[in-house]
Amino acid sequence: MSTDVSIPLKQRLAARGLDGLTLLVVPAVLFLLALFIYPFLYGLFLSFEPKQGGVFANYQRFFSDSFLYGTIGTTLWLALPVTIATLALAIPIAFRVRLMRNQRLLTTILVIPITLGTVLVAEGLLNYLGPQGWFNRTLMTLGLISSPVKLLHNYWGVMLSLVITGFPFTFLLTLSYLSGIDPALEQAGATLGAGPWERFKHILFPLLLPGLAITFCLSFVQAFSVFPSAVLLGAPAGPTRVISIAAYQAAFEEYDYSMASAVAMIMALVQLAIVVAVLAARGLLYRGPAGGGKG
Amino acid sequence: MVKDTRISTKLWAAANWTLIGFFIVNLLAMIATVVTSSFATRWLGTWLPAGWTTRWYSAAWSEFQLHDVLLVTFQIVFLVVVLSGLIGVPAAYALARRDFPGKKLVMLLFLLPLLVPPITFGIPLATVLYQTGFAGQMSGVVLANLVPTVPFVILVMIPFIEQIDTKIEQAARVFGANTFKLFVHVLLPLLMPGILAALLLVLVRTLAMFELTFLTAGPTSQTLVVALYYAVFASGVRAVQSIDAMAVIYMVTTLIWLVIALRFVNPTQIVARAKK
Repeated sequence: MSTDVSIPLKQRLAARGLDGLTLLVVPAVLFLLALFIYPFLYGLFLSFEPKQGGVFANYQRFFSDSFLYGTIGTTLWLALPVTIATLALAIPIAFRVRLMRNQRLLTTILVIPITLGTVLVAEGLLNYLGPQGWFNRTLMTLGLISSPVKLLHNYWGVMLSLVITGFPFTFLLTLSYLSGIDPALEQAGATLGAGPWERFKHILFPLLLPGLAITFCLSFVQAFSVFPSAVLLGAPAGPTRVISIAAYQAAFEEYDYSMASAVAMIMALVQLAIVVAVLAARGLLYRGPAGGGKG
Repeated sequence: MVKDTRISTKLWAAANWTLIGFFIVNLLAMIATVVTSSFATRWLGTWLPAGWTTRWYSAAWSEFQLHDVLLVTFQIVFLVVVLSGLIGVPAAYALARRDFPGKKLVMLLFLLPLLVPPITFGIPLATVLYQTGFAGQMSGVVLANLVPTVPFVILVMIPFIEQIDTKIEQAARVFGANTFKLFVHVLLPLLMPGILAALLLVLVRTLAMFELTFLTAGPTSQTLVVALYYAVFASGVRAVQSIDAMAVIYMVTTLIWLVIALRFVNPTQIVARAKK
């Protein structure tokens, strides 16, 4: 106790890393507490204070109305195939690009869809995939189809736009994980006589899997919260009535913020459930250095 | 490594390149469709339009009040960029230099807004902003957009600050600089490239941020991307070409800044935002 008294409080705090400089973090923390954590908690409590009925009335309504609970299935039916498709595209392409000397041009082209955003991609696809668009026109000229394929205002339009906006993200994330694997490990495999497929199967893929799990989670969460393209390219009243549309309609068309918060909480829960499941599975995988013998 | 000359390897490589090519061709064709259509007089049932014109741009300019929309967009983006720099950079400095109890929790607080999709946290956020009276005007849109950009600046800046030698700061301290002087005269010049890169990325992200702006904007505080959404949503009322002209204006605004940003940063930084 006597030592506590003799050392001033300021110095004791500084020894634990708390001094004037640490306080610089306070504005950012307060800002996010006020505008991220507080709204979330507020929404959570608001969802238990429905316009009418008991505490759980919003959730009861959600899970008894097929027009509402069906959106979970609809969104999963979009988000899971999109995530798997983008990963299936991204992995081989990332493996190819990894070997290239000059990756900058290609990665730059691939960044474009992210910066243009979902709204512009939706607007572009409305022109491009339409019955008179260049896509159908090319297929018809090549003789692959006899009448235009219907790709708009249904499941496929939303799916394609999600793949276009989601692929670059998945690809660049996969590429950055792949670049973290020491090439010496693969070269060692090659020296011992492993072919490309064997090197992929026994060396690179197991090392990449933990990174892929994270990539899967992030891509899935993005795809699950699809909004503009589901409205513009899909059939927002039917096959692509995703959960964010239900939340938006509750908030801004029915002005029932309590119900909207409930839907948003359910949306967050489903995302969390999938992420936790994937990360739990990731815990079973190899965890350790991928940097070779040096470290 | 020894060059692999087996036919299966070559076939696999060819298949990969075809896939990359197919993706890029479709992407560029999609963009080209929008650009072509915006200059078309009449384009129905043919490969190329019947004639070319630029009148859709002036039509779009007056129809969608693009003058006002662009003004609002740049005001919002400017405020978001400046504020996220002012809040984010000092916080990143504290996190890079100090280890304090609860640091992991603080880092989690900064990671979450980047991991949770905007529409999920946007709906409760918009509810709060509407009840406090911020939403529906510019301040609400700026506040909502800051939620993901402040953590973004922090996470991009931490590694930048960590690579600056602490001896430089100690030398400044020895010569009697206080924290403010240290920031202005020593750290800011050293960190300028990093700050510039982070803020340019914030700029591009805010220009393209649809969800948060859409949920909080009122009629006089729409950004370009939200105005474009409403135009496409209500298509049929306006000529397709005039919407396309607006899309091209949006595309050019975003791409100019993207090209500038790419001079300073590696493209992977734009997406690898959640990496620790």
